[in-house]
Amino acid sequence: MSIDTTSGPLPGRSSPESPVSRDERLQTTGFLVRLMRRPELGAIGGLIIVGIFFLFTANSAMFTLNGGLTIMNPSAQLGIMAVAVSLLMIGGEFDLSIGSMVAFAGLVFGIFLLEWHFPLIIAVAATLVVAALVGAINGAVVQATRLPSFIVTLAFFFILRGLSLVGLKIVTGGTTQLRGFTEATADSVFTPLFSGFAFSGLFRRLADLGLIELLPDGTPAAPGIPIAVVWFVFFTALATWCLLKTKVGNWIFASGGDARAARNSGVPVDRVKMGLFILTACSAAFVGILTVMDAGSTDAMRGLQKEFQAVIAAVIGGCLLTGGYGSALGAFFGSIIFGIVSIGLSYTTFDSDWFQVFLGVMLLIAVIFNNHLRRKVTGER
Amino acid sequence: MNHIANSMGMHRAHEPTLPARGTPIIEITDLRKEFGQVIALAGVSLTVRAGEVLCLLGDNGAGKSTLIKTLSGVHAPTTGAFMVDGEPARFRGPRDAQNAGIATVFQDLAMIPLMSITRNFFMGREPTKGMFPFRWVDYTACSTVTHDQMKKIGIDVRDPDQAVGTLSGGERQCVAIARAVYFGARVLILDEPTSALGVAQTSMVLKYISQVRAEGLAVIFITHNVRHAYAVGDAFTVLNRGKTLGTFRKNEIDMEQLQTLMAGGREMQSLSDELGGMV
Ligand SMILES: Nc1ncnc2c1ncn2[C@@H]1O[C@H](COP(=O)(O)OP(=O)(O)OP(=O)(O)O)[C@@H](O)[C@H]1O
Ligand SMILES: [Mg+2]
Repeated sequence: MSIDTTSGPLPGRSSPESPVSRDERLQTTGFLVRLMRRPELGAIGGLIIVGIFFLFTANSAMFTLNGGLTIMNPSAQLGIMAVAVSLLMIGGEFDLSIGSMVAFAGLVFGIFLLEWHFPLIIAVAATLVVAALVGAINGAVVQATRLPSFIVTLAFFFILRGLSLVGLKIVTGGTTQLRGFTEATADSVFTPLFSGFAFSGLFRRLADLGLIELLPDGTPAAPGIPIAVVWFVFFTALATWCLLKTKVGNWIFASGGDARAARNSGVPVDRVKMGLFILTACSAAFVGILTVMDAGSTDAMRGLQKEFQAVIAAVIGGCLLTGGYGSALGAFFGSIIFGIVSIGLSYTTFDSDWFQVFLGVMLLIAVIFNNHLRRKVTGER
Repeated sequence: MNHIANSMGMHRAHEPTLPARGTPIIEITDLRKEFGQVIALAGVSLTVRAGEVLCLLGDNGAGKSTLIKTLSGVHAPTTGAFMVDGEPARFRGPRDAQNAGIATVFQDLAMIPLMSITRNFFMGREPTKGMFPFRWVDYTACSTVTHDQMKKIGIDVRDPDQAVGTLSGGERQCVAIARAVYFGARVLILDEPTSALGVAQTSMVLKYISQVRAEGLAVIFITHNVRHAYAVGDAFTVLNRGKTLGTFRKNEIDMEQLQTLMAGGREMQSLSDELGGMV
């Protein structure tokens, strides 16, 4: 835990004889104020409300371990993107191309794996490199033209979807589906990283202890934690740590809060934003790979509307559309709310198509709430 | 230099390595800056010396901010020589200027309203601990530094985690000044730092400027207040419509002459008479 000399030590802290001086008014910042300042407060509130709603309306099967994991899988597939999107939005930019990127990455991954017969891990890496390139193009166009990223990435929303359709037809000779991933990856040692369940041994043992129900054939009702969920939790933790504890995190907040002020204070704003575009594109490609491995096939219509859902999850999680404020943890909860509503309705007597109505209402409430919260936090009049 | 710093209770991020008093740190000759058709600086020359306060004076739109933004790496000069420590300098951005030891309080302060005081204070210069890739910022320690530095300037920050947007204009200015003083290793540039400050804070800032000079740093101080300029300045450069009207040592000019020059040589006397001698 040595102090990095390039950034300079903090004087007045290193020596033990200088006591930590604290304003007596400091302590009066109560728990409630601190809580109110957390951007993810709204998402946690929303989660509780949604939870209570389904507690009263849904079949009790939803609240079993298996039901919970069924909700978490789609939450995770959306959430991996939503966490990256929350960082990008805090950095003051948008990416509407990520839904199309899911399909495009599926195509690219398919070509590497099935056409060129790359080993799995190389195919994954190469797909992420291609995605990073697309993200970099997004970022470069935004920075070179100074156009809003909203419009630039909207162009790539169409471009990537079109390329996925055309590309798949060329590769498959006419259809827009590509199959054979399960067979091609069956004997790779890396397959468990991208498909199936984690901690299945643990779940087996819990079942033996009678803590998890058994299916009639003797296997546990919940075979393990879907691998996407593990990645989702990992990425959320990493992003949260980055935002709150690192230099880059501060640069992201600053770049989104006021790019010019940040630049004048020595923040490499362009590099930060470029990095965020690349990260977002890679997160979408990663989700593309996970869904392809999950389904064993890719489809040109994968990831439809995911860009909007990811933005909504990030906004429910406390991100401001104007940038400079938000939380990765909030996007995590936002995505779970999403999963609960989309899956949960099938446990109720309601028509599942209420989902979209629910979504719109949630978004509206979140935006109004966040706007109010921001005024409170910043004393904006 | 060290004992002076300590006796005055100044703590800084870096112990500055400073040249002897009077040595030029920044020298510019015939600097021009054009924004398209607008000529903001039409050939300005000046020298900023270690251990001296250079006051930059002039009317609104004279080009003072443009000049110091060029020195701070925000703008690249259109033409002209720009030397730091006798070597030609080419700043690609404000970060390069910071690395050359130049810290600036911009007129618009360069603060992010949504971010906390501490995060603003250390923005772009976050001290890290630990090893790559696990480098992290100890924000608790940063908050302590911020709180202490703000206390020194005369502002008792209630909570360093509060957003800068909730601060008053003067408090915000104090954060920017405290930040620049804390990080200013060799050159401190202040663009109208006292424009929103109360009496106590203003005299504190003027005292700061004297302290920083005593430590051997070079200071560029922009103000519209002759009294403030004359109180701390060693040399005065007056700008008018993008040109220097001249640079004067303190013993070469008195306050009244300076005032007249600042107004672009216009008849200050008549205006002053009209207002009953209050200007
Ligand atoms: N980015 C820019 N683009 C175009 N013109 C500019 C730009 N920045 C400054 N100018 C022009 O250059 C001139 C000098 O502006 P500057 O901000 O340096 O004045 P100043 O001396 O700091 O004035 P004040 O005392 O009001 O702060 C002004 O006429 C201004 O309109
Ligand atoms: Mg100015």
